Amino acid sequence: MNDVFAPPQDQSGLTPAEGVLAPLSALRVGDRGVIVDVGAEARAGDHGVGVEELQRRLLEFGFVEGAHVEVLHEGAIRRDPIAVKLDDMRVALRRRDALDVLVLLDRP
Amino acid sequence: MSEAVLPPARVALVGNPNSGKTALFNALTGSRQKVANYAGVTVERKEGHVTTPEGRTLSVLDLPGTYSLRARSPDEAVTRDAVLGKLAGEQSPDVLVCVADATNLRLVLRLILELKQVGRPMVLALNMYDIAQRQGLRIDLDGLARELGCPIVTTVATRKRGIAELVAKVDELARAGALAAAGVWAAPDASQIRHAHREAQRILKTYVRPPERPDTFTGKVDAVLLHPVWGLAILFALLFLMFQGVFTWAGPPADLIEQAMTGLGGLIGQALPDGLLKSFLVDGVISGVGSVLVFLPQILILFLFIILLEDFGYMARAAFLMDRIMGGAGLHGRAFIPLLSSFACAIPGIMATRVIDNKRDRLTTILVAPLMTCSARIPVYTLIIGGFIPNTTVWGFLSLQGLVMFGLYAAGIVGALLVSLVIRKIFWRGAVEPFLMELPAYKTPDAANVVRNLYLRAQIFVSRAGRIIFPLTVAVWVLSTFPYPPPGASGPAIDYSFAGMLGHAVQPLLAPIGFNWQMTVALIPGFAAREVAVAALGAVYAVADTGTDGATLASTLAHHWSLATGLSFLAWYVFAPQCASTIGVVRRETNSWRWPVVMLVYMTALAYLAAFVTYQVARALGG
Repeated sequence: MNDVFAPPQDQSGLTPAEGVLAPLSALRVGDRGVIVDVGAEARAGDHGVGVEELQRRLLEFGFVEGAHVEVLHEGAIRRDPIAVKLDDMRVALRRRDALDVLVLLDRP
Repeated sequence: MSEAVLPPARVALVGNPNSGKTALFNALTGSRQKVANYAGVTVERKEGHVTTPEGRTLSVLDLPGTYSLRARSPDEAVTRDAVLGKLAGEQSPDVLVCVADATNLRLVLRLILELKQVGRPMVLALNMYDIAQRQGLRIDLDGLARELGCPIVTTVATRKRGIAELVAKVDELARAGALAAAGVWAAPDASQIRHAHREAQRILKTYVRPPERPDTFTGKVDAVLLHPVWGLAILFALLFLMFQGVFTWAGPPADLIEQAMTGLGGLIGQALPDGLLKSFLVDGVISGVGSVLVFLPQILILFLFIILLEDFGYMARAAFLMDRIMGGAGLHGRAFIPLLSSFACAIPGIMATRVIDNKRDRLTTILVAPLMTCSARIPVYTLIIGGFIPNTTVWGFLSLQGLVMFGLYAAGIVGALLVSLVIRKIFWRGAVEPFLMELPAYKTPDAANVVRNLYLRAQIFVSRAGRIIFPLTVAVWVLSTFPYPPPGASGPAIDYSFAGMLGHAVQPLLAPIGFNWQMTVALIPGFAAREVAVAALGAVYAVADTGTDGATLASTLAHHWSLATGLSFLAWYVFAPQCASTIGVVRRETNSWRWPVVMLVYMTALAYLAAFVTYQVARALGG
């Protein structure tokens, strides 16, 4: 029952070939998985602080490789921002800032 | 022989936001606290004192909450510099107290690892320990203390539990003295942050057993409060209630304060002979003090709402719901509370911008807040609309007067949105800060803390904003009183004063917007507060009856002014910075004269432009 709080041990049972990889920015309510990469690619979107700084802020908030994420809520306009359960925390962020967080989705 | 006095020690409280740090600060220092600003920045500096049983005085600094020493905002920069002992005008702390929410340790563990690098003596206060116990969360305190290399105290700040133990531990560390080579720290790069997280994860797994009864309440409440439809409906209902509170409930106590001030003025008026002293005391000092105190009910009601919403954990949810809606105009999601309150009065609204962390977002909100139609504009609007707009209905059901009133409100809102867009695009060059925000678990606000924080806000307003508002009000009195009219003068006294001279002098400048000299003269005392312009117009037109309905004055104005002038005056009042108190509070909140001056200039320019266009168009149409 406490799998939400457990360290990412179930990660070993999955290989990328089995799951679907998607950026956190593209996930919908109910989607969940494990973060496999937090990049600093110069993707579309002006973050005001530069991608490297954005990456560090994401990491500091706990968006690290191995962390569990689940999208809990979406905003009313263009489904933005999103509220996610990140391990045992709840965090809100905009989709544009979540482009570089790559998630390996759990299979339904 | 005097007893040896223990040297005092400086203690700094550090921790994540929402860790109950301020509650712990209150529990530690009680009423022995002082609020000021750090030198040169707008960040609030909260310091308190506590005396240990051994007789050592601890001065405790409540540093702004942060997730990392890598500061992302001016507040967090203060925390970093204070911890490192590099803050201008501050001595470095002897002991750090890291405050952690015992139920939410993951991120604070990483912060602790960072603080360890700095090398100052540190105590970890595991706060909200009662909630952790209720959830069945088990923490191996001895193991964790050994692993982290710092003593741990469990606390429940709201019940004052563990406070004596915390003070004892701090005292012990203070006695031991500072470690060598303190204050060394380098900003971690991405891989170091990852490494620290892995380390924190390992520590968490080793010493903390997950809760047997995790908090499900927050999830259930969020399902409603963050719902795209219900969530917004509840938010708007709350905002409506808050607006009602600030607008309506504050009325009776504010009236009472005004009556008390008028009564006091009357008493002094009877006791003293007519003359300068009486005029100074009644029209200068008492009305000046009154102009500060009259805002207090609004500020208390607004901050009661804000503090309750913040302590409950709702503020972050509200920002989530409003982010996209406000973001369209380049405003932060949290800007809605200050802007909404500004409909009642810009003073509490501008003070409420403290809920916005980001400096630029906060400045933008401060700059546009006075464009919201505040209640002090209503007497002016009512007077002019009553005099110039016929009381007819359009389309069979809409009152034309009501429609014009609505239009004035709408003009203020549209103006605020456009100005914030321009500020965003031109001054901040489109830079949008990332929006990353923890949604804390819901908690019942603690009554004692709410009262203490409310008292603090009232104190800050009366002492600090009052220090600026009061002299400005007195300055306006001086301008409208001196010099005296010559003996046997026929016109109203104000006409011969500096305000009168100034009004005559700038009148040519305001002629293109249709203002006559009587209006420009009335604008100067009207700078003390917008509604004063009604009384001032009454004075220059020597109309005795300037009651709240102002029916006589309205017809006098309608007789003297063209319709174009009346409309132009309305347009002027939508945008003009006719309020010394607003300027004063902006000065206090931004800690510099730069932003009040920027506000004064842009609002005056906007007001002139709006009045000019209104006057010229109305004239062209035959008004």
